Amino acid sequence: MSILVDKDTKLVVAGLTGREGSFHGLNNRRYGTDLVAGVTPSKGGQDVEGVPVFDTVHAAVQEAGANTAMVFVPPPAAADAILEAADAGVELVICITEGIPAHDMLRVYTHLRRDERTRLVGPNCPGILSPGKANVGIIPAHFFSEGNVGLVSRSGTLTYQIGNELAQRGFGNSTIVGIGGDPVVGSSFIDVIAQFESDPETELIVMCGEIGGDEEERTADYIAESVSKPVVAYIAGFTAPPGKTMGHAGAIVSGSKGTAAAKAEALEAKGVRVGRNPTEVADAASEALA
Amino acid sequence: MDLLEYQGKQLFARHGVPIPEGRPAATIEEAVIAADEVGYPVVIKAQVLIGGRGKAGGIKLANDREEAERHAKAIIGMDIHGFTVHQLYVEKASDIAEEYYAAVVFDRGAKQPMVMLSRMGGMEVEEIAEKDPTAIARLHVDPLVGFQAFHGRRLAFESGIAEDVIRPVGTMLERLYEAFVGEDAMLLEVNPLLVTGDREVVALDAKVTLDGNALYRHPETAELRNTGAEDPQERMARERGLTYVKLDGNVGILGNGAGLVMSTLDVVAQAGGRPANFLDAGGGSKAEEISNAVEVILANPKVTGVLFNIFGGITRCDEVANGLITAFGSLDISVPFVVRLDGTNDEEGRRLLADADLPNVHVEKTMLEAASRAVELAGEAPPEDADRPGPSAGADPDADPEQ
Repeated sequence: MSILVDKDTKLVVAGLTGREGSFHGLNNRRYGTDLVAGVTPSKGGQDVEGVPVFDTVHAAVQEAGANTAMVFVPPPAAADAILEAADAGVELVICITEGIPAHDMLRVYTHLRRDERTRLVGPNCPGILSPGKANVGIIPAHFFSEGNVGLVSRSGTLTYQIGNELAQRGFGNSTIVGIGGDPVVGSSFIDVIAQFESDPETELIVMCGEIGGDEEERTADYIAESVSKPVVAYIAGFTAPPGKTMGHAGAIVSGSKGTAAAKAEALEAKGVRVGRNPTEVADAASEALA
Repeated sequence: MDLLEYQGKQLFARHGVPIPEGRPAATIEEAVIAADEVGYPVVIKAQVLIGGRGKAGGIKLANDREEAERHAKAIIGMDIHGFTVHQLYVEKASDIAEEYYAAVVFDRGAKQPMVMLSRMGGMEVEEIAEKDPTAIARLHVDPLVGFQAFHGRRLAFESGIAEDVIRPVGTMLERLYEAFVGEDAMLLEVNPLLVTGDREVVALDAKVTLDGNALYRHPETAELRNTGAEDPQERMARERGLTYVKLDGNVGILGNGAGLVMSTLDVVAQAGGRPANFLDAGGGSKAEEISNAVEVILANPKVTGVLFNIFGGITRCDEVANGLITAFGSLDISVPFVVRLDGTNDEEGRRLLADADLPNVHVEKTMLEAASRAVELAGEAPPEDADRPGPSAGADPDADPEQ
């Protein structure tokens, strides 16, 4: 088992005819993901290396049976692309695009939460990889193998770093989920951890947070109340000064709010082990699984 | 992106939020002309992106031309908590009957805008919350419904403002909300929101933060970026399309991916060093971008050593190595470099570096080893800046009470 993406994933890529969209979409197909369609308005009827392109997501769902959409379009068009996929009945939308205006995401988020048919992961995320089953996004799959560690993170490369340290200790992953570095993302740590909790293959959950917002603090409460599996956490940004955006639009300490120290404390107070660096996280994970 | 007070007020005015009459001025002469036009008494206000300018002597009342000139002369060029005053705002003096507080904030926890109103203004919102938590009314607005008249009434009644100004304050909140959405703001703060002796309601100050990701649809506001207030290296980095934040240590940092770079800074601090910057070279960095980034890092004179921490996913380690080799070819580099390359094409990258045999470049295998080595080679950090505020995990007075 795994969560969110697997052998049943039928992927449509919004922006498949673009440079990034075709590079990563085809890369995902080579990994074994069932890439059934692309969508680019006015390019319907064409194909990208044999993958049919449609004018609308609705057509891709009706004619190619897509159930998962990856959004790879530029920021001004991304909110629209997410809403189109949701309107077409796609169950899971994964948005890789970085730089979507925060107000657009407020509207998208509020709308999607009202109609629970569609789950959004991202934006500004590396995607989701279920090793050995499916890869949707830009995660370099060759570092990861099948296993029992569920990994959820606000950051891409940091996830690869931690995943790789786990791999060196002989651990693989059920699924790796990048939830994204924006202030408003479709799925929270809690949403993903709830899935890992009910996934029989996942025996340990590693969560990788960073400065900004209060999602990690809320997650600490949730873990204490509702998660039976061991959780190991990492928080990045202890040295970040207040008021500065550290790369990710959502990674900002506002006054005294959103600090790494507060997050680590909140998690530790609820019994979650927090590693001080990626190596300590991998060590703690090994111990928890020993 | 933060706006200066006068820029924020111009934005307010576009959305029908009442403001006192005023004019920006960049020189003493302009300030005097502006004061004559506005009519005395006027207030001369330093335009800087930091609070506490009143106490620092950056806001002064002038009753005539001679006073206006004297105050303008004193304020322009003055240093306010590390920010030099390049710009003044000359504003008609207001007579103050009541000072309230109003704000619209992007509440990322609730994922809704939150509108706040308080009958106590003219002090920091944290201070209001401490003095009298009941004095602040807060309300979330459904972004798909928008601000309604009842929101304004509820806030007005619950905050306990004077009965006779409930309607105009409600109208101001409605317009502030329109501005918040229309301008893609992350924060609009009016402190104080003034009720004059004639019972007129105006925004006496304006604190505005806009979403940098939305500037493409507000080209006129995008031009307002306060390049004068920007750190020179941060400006250089922005012009080169690099994500860079200057810090106050001496270990220059380059990594790929925001999370990994933050983690690198932390690991350097754990090893006893102090990072000089955050620099995310981004995914898929090419040699030229790496070489550009090295130039930005080394433009900071405090840097006495540099750490490269790369975990290649889309980024290829051989490209990073080539970038570093290019940088050594074109720049005069005298500080030690520690390089850790892992992930895509890492062996190729390390081989390129070994073949190039760059002076004082050290390759380490793991992130932790690389951090320790970089700290050791960079040597002692310069003395700590005493007035730089550190992050604290203290009280959280303006948090939403419902959370």
